[in-house]
Amino acid sequence: MSISAPRGLASSGQKPITEILHPLSAAEEPLSPGPDVTVSGGRDKEVGLTNGTPVETPSPASASVLFNRLQLDDDLDSDGRDPYADTETHDLFVTVDDPKKHVSTMETYITYRVSTKTTRIEFDLPDYSVRRRYQDFDWLRTKLEDSQPTHLIPPLPEKFVMKGVVDRFSEEFVETRMKALDKFLKRVADHPVLSFNPHLNAFLSAKDLNKRQGLALLSKVGESVKNVAGGYKLRVRPPEFCAMGEYLDTFNQKLGTIDRIAQRILKEQSEYLTELREYGTVYASWAGSEEELQRPLEGVAGCVTTCCGALEDMSENMGQDFLPVLREYILYIESMKNVLRKRDQSQAEYEGRLEAAVLRKQEDRTPIPAEVEKCQDKMECFNADLKADWERWQSNKRQDFKQLLTGMADKNVTHYEKCQAAWESLITLLQDKQTEDKTSETN
Amino acid sequence: MVEEGSTLMRRMEICVAEAEKRSGKNAVSMQETFTHAVTPDCLWRRYSEFELLRNYLIVTYPYIVVPPLPEKRAEFVWHKLSADNMDPDFVERRRVGLENFLLRVASHPVLCNDKILCYFLTEHGWKEAVYETGFQAKADSRLRALSATFRVRNPDKCFMEMKHYSDELQSHTSQLLRARARVADRLYGVFKVHGNYGRVFSEWSAIEKEMGDGLQSAGHHMDAYAASIDDILEEEEHYADQLKEYLFYAEALRAVCRKHELTQFELEMASQDLISKKQQREELATGIVRTFSFKGMTNKLFGQEAPEQREARLKLLEDLIAEGEETVKEKTIERAEHVEKAWVDIQRFKEQKDKDLREALINYAVMQISMCKKGIQVWSNAKECFLKM
Repeated sequence: MSISAPRGLASSGQKPITEILHPLSAAEEPLSPGPDVTVSGGRDKEVGLTNGTPVETPSPASASVLFNRLQLDDDLDSDGRDPYADTETHDLFVTVDDPKKHVSTMETYITYRVSTKTTRIEFDLPDYSVRRRYQDFDWLRTKLEDSQPTHLIPPLPEKFVMKGVVDRFSEEFVETRMKALDKFLKRVADHPVLSFNPHLNAFLSAKDLNKRQGLALLSKVGESVKNVAGGYKLRVRPPEFCAMGEYLDTFNQKLGTIDRIAQRILKEQSEYLTELREYGTVYASWAGSEEELQRPLEGVAGCVTTCCGALEDMSENMGQDFLPVLREYILYIESMKNVLRKRDQSQAEYEGRLEAAVLRKQEDRTPIPAEVEKCQDKMECFNADLKADWERWQSNKRQDFKQLLTGMADKNVTHYEKCQAAWESLITLLQDKQTEDKTSETN
Repeated sequence: MVEEGSTLMRRMEICVAEAEKRSGKNAVSMQETFTHAVTPDCLWRRYSEFELLRNYLIVTYPYIVVPPLPEKRAEFVWHKLSADNMDPDFVERRRVGLENFLLRVASHPVLCNDKILCYFLTEHGWKEAVYETGFQAKADSRLRALSATFRVRNPDKCFMEMKHYSDELQSHTSQLLRARARVADRLYGVFKVHGNYGRVFSEWSAIEKEMGDGLQSAGHHMDAYAASIDDILEEEEHYADQLKEYLFYAEALRAVCRKHELTQFELEMASQDLISKKQQREELATGIVRTFSFKGMTNKLFGQEAPEQREARLKLLEDLIAEGEETVKEKTIERAEHVEKAWVDIQRFKEQKDKDLREALINYAVMQISMCKKGIQVWSNAKECFLKM
């Protein structure tokens, strides 16, 4: 975290959030000795790029990763309004790639390579490369949810796929899943709190992921979680959280609609493609019975075929890049609504206990127990975390959708450009022949 | 011949100006202006009158590939276009087709000289004139002949190839028209679904702060994209009309080839008839029966006939043979003339077809390019809006 004052953390005092012992985290969580400020990490744009100071990369091998990240940041730069640009230092880079199939007697599954490059001292080494399977990602997410229930945890791609309907080992499926896992991990690594979670550390670095590792952690957390789930009723939800809930509901609805539209377009395009192919073959077969017109007709057939190819490419892209991101956000919204519900419960618990304590105090002057204060702290932390995460989520969402939609527009433009080029070259061919004929006539 | 053709064109400016609904049935107005005449003439002609003219022409000039009329009823439609004959777009396209027909006829080196055509273009009483030619009697027998199946022994090879080609042309153009209509139908669906993006982006923009404006404007571009398909497909109908013209032309070409078959067949029949009559004469004259005949049998059974009878029969045969020889001469000339004239017109038609269809394909490509450019424009605009999100 940067040394400048954190924003949106009203009741956390002056300390950055990572320094406060989180009420729901176990004592094992290592306290960060201080916010990690590695200006030389080069990601801090204020110091690095805009002042012209050369960017020092932590390790030469991560240069390409940096460059890719920089590209995106350049977009942010031109936008100029990213609220976290100057407060976050990115010193943890993760990538998910290289899917491989493992066949054993019991089962067949895919593993992915998870590569990490970091300068953080929480990690023993600057580089890691481990292999993980979906189950491991799922474990990580569950651990994060349990240990940081006040934060928005990014979603994973869908766990269950209907065997027989979807081929779990097809290139497309694996590719799509891998991209989503990569996104998940990057979002976690970018998060100022979640990225310091010890489970993430273990996930990224341990050779063998011992999934029983957080057991002690789990028991303490389990209790607190159970407590929060007590039967308290919420009286009045603060308006900002109401607004969040309403926004999520409407946004969810709109995303669902967009998903349906996109699917419908793919379907219509596929049917159009079928007819277009047939159309092309008719020109080709007509060309067979003509002399002078043979080449022009074959030319048209060729153009139609090129357009078919261009359309196929675009549809494939939409299926692989566009739809999965939409679905991912729908899952994200679900998990966010859960977090909102838990926040409500935490508030309800506090208010319930407070009310009971106040009544008792009035009756027999029993002082307000420390537990009630603890509840208040819990609730206030929750509110603060949520607000901060919400801002961050909104900002990411904006970038993600900007990228998604401009990508869609780009694909369409490329498709039309390909088609236009094909038809233009045909016209040149046909018109050359015309002038050729005319000159031969006059000769 | 060509000179006279262009003379007609110079003398008259033929344009089929308006289509008007008159007493429930469609009529088309023709406007001619004589460049040398004092007053412009304006005539009303119904589609059925055009049909009448064309029927007259195909009967009177069986060696000409007569230009076709536009379709009476809308066929090869895709779903949006109504198959309604009163639909203004369809009526307009038919008007253009009728004008095109007249222009083609009037610029044809042979047809342009026809008197009836002239009356059609200028006089209100043309119908009486055309009926007076008595072409309808010929029309009936022609139809019967063309649809009859007869075996021709020695048709001209070129004409047979041409007939085969006309079948191919007909098959390919109709296949193409059907495939094009299906493609148009599907493309319409693709474009229109994008309109839904317009609506949902607008609704979504309502809950966004910074993203709202970009989304809203992008939505408008999606609406524009969805709306653009209507004009695109309407324009493509002109291409379809050009294909249809040659679909119908293929039929006219086939008719010319069939006419050749008919003249060849009639010649063969006449020749055959002459040969058999000559044979009969020979038999009668020499008394030697080469082939089996009933007469020969009865002669054997009942005795020879009297010499006077034989003389009478011989005389009759000689007359018939003389007639037959005339017929063969006629038919030979008829056939030869038809072959010669038809071949000239077929060559003319071939050149015209190659030129017209190539131009049609170029125009089609131009239309496709225009559609691509519009698509690029819309999506680039949408991208600008997305970037501003």
